Amino acid sequence: MSGRFVLLDAVDLTYAAGEDEGTAALQAASLHVGKGEFAAIVGPSGCGKSTILKLVSGLLAANRGRVEVAARPVAGPVKMAGMAFQNPTMLPWLSAIDNVLVPLKIVQPYRSQFKQKRAEYEERARALFKTVGLAGFEKRFPWQLSGGMQQRASLCRALIHEPEMLLLDEPFGALDAFTREDLWATLQELWMSRRPTVILVTHDLREAAYLADRIFVMSARPGRVIAAHEVPFPRPRTLDMTFSGEFVELIHALRREISDAREEALAA
Amino acid sequence: MRRRSLARRSLPWAVIIGMFLVWEVLCRLFNVPEFVLPLPSQIFEVLITRWEALLPHTTQTLMTTVIGFVGGVIVGTLIGIAIGSSRLVYEAMYPLLVGFYSIPKVAVVPILVLWFGSGTVPAVITSLVICIFPVVVNVATGLATTEPELEDVLRALGASKRDILWGVGIPRSMPYLFASLKIAITLAFVGTVISETVAANRGIGNVMIIASSNIDVPLVFAGLFILAFMGIALYALFALLEQRMTGWAMRKTEFSM
Repeated sequence: MSGRFVLLDAVDLTYAAGEDEGTAALQAASLHVGKGEFAAIVGPSGCGKSTILKLVSGLLAANRGRVEVAARPVAGPVKMAGMAFQNPTMLPWLSAIDNVLVPLKIVQPYRSQFKQKRAEYEERARALFKTVGLAGFEKRFPWQLSGGMQQRASLCRALIHEPEMLLLDEPFGALDAFTREDLWATLQELWMSRRPTVILVTHDLREAAYLADRIFVMSARPGRVIAAHEVPFPRPRTLDMTFSGEFVELIHALRREISDAREEALAA
Repeated sequence: MRRRSLARRSLPWAVIIGMFLVWEVLCRLFNVPEFVLPLPSQIFEVLITRWEALLPHTTQTLMTTVIGFVGGVIVGTLIGIAIGSSRLVYEAMYPLLVGFYSIPKVAVVPILVLWFGSGTVPAVITSLVICIFPVVVNVATGLATTEPELEDVLRALGASKRDILWGVGIPRSMPYLFASLKIAITLAFVGTVISETVAANRGIGNVMIIASSNIDVPLVFAGLFILAFMGIALYALFALLEQRMTGWAMRKTEFSM
């Protein structure tokens, strides 16, 4: 867990909004995540959490400040990232397995070998389906799957090209509590076996504390990072741990910081 | 369930046959003269006894329409892609396109005749031109309404604009394209027949205009029947294709590639 694989340094971002001044989403936001580290970003809603992911993935460009991934400034989409969003965003005209194979049709070196190695890639996708508990649903279309199943498939799609970096934007936000906890365990397992660098944006403090090595707390809009917590619990973590005293204390601390940030914003 | 679906499927046929029966009965009851409204039985008689003479005209109209339709769909799809994927092209071209579309196509035929002479060419072009607009509008709508999240999935992977167009935009607008094909194919017949009635010596449109000047009303109606039949057949063909290709949009369980 060393180095600064992802680095944001005093980043400003304002969304242009026609004639208006636009909305300032981030102001002087700084954070860094080491290679192979699991980071979580929490904060009040609308604080620019998702914006950070878009900056890191290169979907958006910062107005000011530095954004670096793997010691290189981000200019345009970084190809080593896998993304999953709150909506599963499955392409409805493709079966689940074909959806998962999409990154391999886009990202090199898989892209140029896709035709020859299709069988091998499908095998890989099947293996992933099995790890997330979707075995047997490969040929289903997205609308034939439940929300949780679609989200599992979306996770497979984020992982299929073995990205060095995983950017997760509230991927479990729309799921029921039990499915969510199942998927936490799955994600932890996947992370432990492959060790990608992960940035998880979430509203769920328990989720952040269960999954992450390090948690960043953001202020209300315009967002900046107001606190960082190391999460000391050993891995693999269990759901029981999330009810232990230390764990609950951490969540309390996070909660307090966020509500302070919200009050500050309301007072201003 | 089975029985009910069978009854349902035969319902449209029952309505069609019923319409002909009512028509026949009313005409006979009120002694409607043949040159006003011929009996359906007379019309079918014409279709059967004169099919050999009607056949070349039918194929002429069909070929003209299909060629015009295919050309129109190709041109329309290309313009639709251009307009739907670029705001700039949209703003630049849309008013011109609407202007072109508002011109009644009958008014264009004399000009086409001036340029290409009478016959097949102006008919093909008329049906081609008439097809373009619905295809353009639908394809452009399909592309313009593509969810940005779906595009982000590919964009985040470093996909090029072309990848995104082929991977997301075009498949996403297929249901829109197919919906427009059903409209376009019926319009294509309108275009062909307009041109054939004005300037041609072959085709169903021509047959009808000659028959009407001879007050051969059953033949005029026979022409109408042939057009209606071809229209239905091609419409059904595209409805079937639509189901096959874009069943995902209707969430058909039996849909598979």
